[in-house]
Amino acid sequence: MRQYRASGRAFDNRSANWVTCFFRATRYRPVSERRQGNKEAPAYHLILEGILILWIIRLLFSKTYKLHETYKLTEKEKEDLIEEWQPEPLVPPVSKDHPSLSYDVVTGPPSHKITINGKECINFASFNFLGLLDNERVKQKALASLKKYGVGTCGPRGFYGTFDVHLELESRLAKFMKTEEAIIYSYGFATIASAIPAYSKRGDIIFVDEAACFSIQKGLQASRSFIKYFKHNNMEDLERLLNEQELEDQKNPRKARVTRKFILVEGLYINTADICPLPELVKMKYKYKVRIFLEESMSFGVLGEHGRGVTEHFGVNIDDIDLISANMENAVASIGGFCCGRSFVIDHQRLSGQGYCFSASLPPMLAAAAIEALNIMEEDPDIFTILRDKSQHIYNALQGIPGLKLVGVQFSPALHLQLERSSGSRDSDMQLLRTIVDYCLERRVALTLARYLEKEERFLPSPSIRVVVTIQQTEEDVQKAVSCIREAAAALLI
Amino acid sequence: QKDNRHQHVRFSREANQNAPHTSSLYKKPFAESFEETPLLVAVLTYMGYGILTVFGYLRDFLRHWSIQTCHVAREKEEQKDFVPLYQDFENFYTRNLYMRIRDNWNRPICSVPGAKMNLVERVSRDYNWTFEHTGRVVKDVINMGSYNYLGFADNTGACADAAVEATEKYGVGVASSRCEMGNLDIQEKLEQLVARFLGLESSMIFGMGFATNSMNIPALTGKGCLILSDELNHASLVLGARLSGSTIRVFKHNNMQSLEKLLRDAIAHGQPRTHRPWKKILIVVEGIYSMEGSIVRLPEIVALKKRYKAYLYLDEAHSIGALGPNGRGVVDYFGLDPKDVDIMMGTFTKSFGAAGGYIAGKKDLINFLRCHSHSALYATSMSPPVAQQIITSMTIIMGEDGTTLGADRIRRLSENTTYFRRKLREMGVVIYGNDDSPVVPMMLYMPAKIGAFGREMLKRNIGTVVVGFPATPIIESRARFCVSAAHTREMLDTALKATDEVGDLLQLKYSRREQPLPSLGWMAKESLLQD
Repeated sequence: MRQYRASGRAFDNRSANWVTCFFRATRYRPVSERRQGNKEAPAYHLILEGILILWIIRLLFSKTYKLHETYKLTEKEKEDLIEEWQPEPLVPPVSKDHPSLSYDVVTGPPSHKITINGKECINFASFNFLGLLDNERVKQKALASLKKYGVGTCGPRGFYGTFDVHLELESRLAKFMKTEEAIIYSYGFATIASAIPAYSKRGDIIFVDEAACFSIQKGLQASRSFIKYFKHNNMEDLERLLNEQELEDQKNPRKARVTRKFILVEGLYINTADICPLPELVKMKYKYKVRIFLEESMSFGVLGEHGRGVTEHFGVNIDDIDLISANMENAVASIGGFCCGRSFVIDHQRLSGQGYCFSASLPPMLAAAAIEALNIMEEDPDIFTILRDKSQHIYNALQGIPGLKLVGVQFSPALHLQLERSSGSRDSDMQLLRTIVDYCLERRVALTLARYLEKEERFLPSPSIRVVVTIQQTEEDVQKAVSCIREAAAALLI
Repeated sequence: QKDNRHQHVRFSREANQNAPHTSSLYKKPFAESFEETPLLVAVLTYMGYGILTVFGYLRDFLRHWSIQTCHVAREKEEQKDFVPLYQDFENFYTRNLYMRIRDNWNRPICSVPGAKMNLVERVSRDYNWTFEHTGRVVKDVINMGSYNYLGFADNTGACADAAVEATEKYGVGVASSRCEMGNLDIQEKLEQLVARFLGLESSMIFGMGFATNSMNIPALTGKGCLILSDELNHASLVLGARLSGSTIRVFKHNNMQSLEKLLRDAIAHGQPRTHRPWKKILIVVEGIYSMEGSIVRLPEIVALKKRYKAYLYLDEAHSIGALGPNGRGVVDYFGLDPKDVDIMMGTFTKSFGAAGGYIAGKKDLINFLRCHSHSALYATSMSPPVAQQIITSMTIIMGEDGTTLGADRIRRLSENTTYFRRKLREMGVVIYGNDDSPVVPMMLYMPAKIGAFGREMLKRNIGTVVVGFPATPIIESRARFCVSAAHTREMLDTALKATDEVGDLLQLKYSRREQPLPSLGWMAKESLLQD
């Protein structure tokens, strides 16, 4: 293919040579000689020069010759291309034995006693930490609200979708967390995923823990910011990245003045069941002037004396955290999520949080259920101690199962059991763990595999069985579950 | 003269090149209008924004020198030297324009969002920076704002009773994802019902309408795929398209020439730079556009999609339940085969008076989503009473409860829509959109009239939605009415009377279109014959 890239005038090779010849001929003669030469020049020379000048003029004024015009497809060619094009199928076929294809069916409430595929089991799988899911008080409040407002809100918050219950829940959450303001979303997943892009824009920098959950990853993607992952809970690695960035900033202070920087961590990590080193992060925050966003879906209503989460657990001043987000679908056992912090931060989301502005608001009965759950949590902070003790107990009981290792910290209510030695492939590991889960289901202990989108996760966690602690599980239940897992592991893994 | 007529015929044929084959696609006339903004109004509107901006700067100056009290929340003292969390000028609009008329949005309500609602009365003593609730209730405001198309937002009746039962049986939460331990029988029942309602093989439900779009489009397309998106698509579709990593090209609103050109060019040229053929092309459109009141030109889109082998993603957030003789959305409205739409998406928030969304289509598609949808694996599944509300309302719409209550609602909505739109047009205000769309935008144009209209209507006990920039183009601020089957003729008349009064007061009767007198149609025909 010919490689004339320039779009302007294309010179013919031959004429280009002539022109250089012409210049070469004139260049080396001294001025005086040239003048003389002009006088004495033979006629053919003058004619030649004349022709050359005319040629140049012609080239200058000739019609622009666009090369890509030759590439322009004719209608016929286009039609052929359209005829020929065959798209891929909309979705690739899913094999019948895909592990996520057939879901277990739960009939009745997914509470402490749960009926899976027709079998009543003890629930070690739902994140119903405080057992509020089938709490009678919560139900009654939800019903009262249903009888007043109906189910749906029929609109986003801006357009007659703000109910007095929403305002009450927001102020109650703010009061519970001891922050200035709270904002509620109608879907837990959308909370942090909307909050991140409300603040962090293109060109900003976010430092994220590698173990961050999927909704954080989606928020990062939506923000289009520059993402820097640090090794899970590794403060040296974070500091290294922050130092690198500081050097970068010193080189270009003008850019640094407008580049926002954030650290994004989870309180209790859903993927690893361990806790973030918050006091060190806060130190880092002031040293490097980076804001901290904390996702507390697993720790809100779990950690701390009053269930306020990881800030209370470490005794960190909650004002030092720029934004805390959590969902109300785990400990609170309702639906939705919230963000809280100072008004300066939170209020911004009311116009720029996409999941807040453009989505229908939370059904009032679900907000009412969340308020009642907060009431219970405030009235009886002992439940957090009970949960902690239970978690500790199950953590101890699950130690030393041959072939399986327990992942997580001892006060986490959502632990992971991973294979000690991988069998080689992820699929067969999943298969193996699924057999253990099935074995337990058979014996009326409900467990579940932790599910991930394998191709979409930034750092795919190892396959694991989730073990969820709730305050309703009795000593007997725990023993039964542990012995089931032990038996299954002994039968399958040794 | 003969010659003249011949030319006229030829001219009209050229002007509507596609007319011969497109008009045959529609079974009834497709009447949609967007009256042009009068020039004087446009100029005055820009002037209005100019004045507001000048005063905004003046106020900011006064605030800066503490001559005027500043209510804006401040950064924490220790963090003053951090990079600002948001740029000050980003908030110029919020601080100086939005704040003046903020009382028109987020009005708290304390009742069912039905045909009439009760509002919590609030006052502001500092020009809308903060609100106080007086403790009083503004009773029986006619609700022209909620998307309660079929009137299923109700706290009594079959839906509410069934939802009560579901709450008693299941509780409200689920505390797990579909894929792990949150797949309830009631949700599976709902999925089968949705598939049957739409006449498709299979369906899947999700807990939030917004997330249905933003978390499923990325599962369907990826790098090397092309998304052709209408310029007025909802934020959730835009977000989903962006998260998918596909190339996105935007076509003019409901403009089939623009779409066809993009399709032809895309297939002929392939991917940018490498010129590899696209893996797949997905056309993303909505059924009813909620800000324009327009209905998608689905028959033409289906024809284009078939011709160019593209896939079609149809978001029926506003149209499901609200359009079509059986309430089955825009496909039903045009009398098309639902199988021609590859991905049918919709929400339960509006016509069903619940929350959440669905995707329906072929079995393969749904099986794929069950394994690859972000929502199925990571998000908590739908609350049981919400699912029950949808099941009951959908059963009623389908007439499977053994009554004609559903059919009555659909008919009443359609009658109300026609009546309300006709009356507004006769009044001389400019309204946008399709004659059959229950979303009725009415043009206000000027920023000052946004606030004035919302407040004046509320004084007359009518709750309306007003919208301005950035939800609309800067000079096209508008009010929006959502007609519902729950509205009685009397309520509509009250709302129309109020609109008439406020229209006179604020000089909103901009329409320069001649009123369609009965004789006019005949005259038009006459003049054509003379020609």
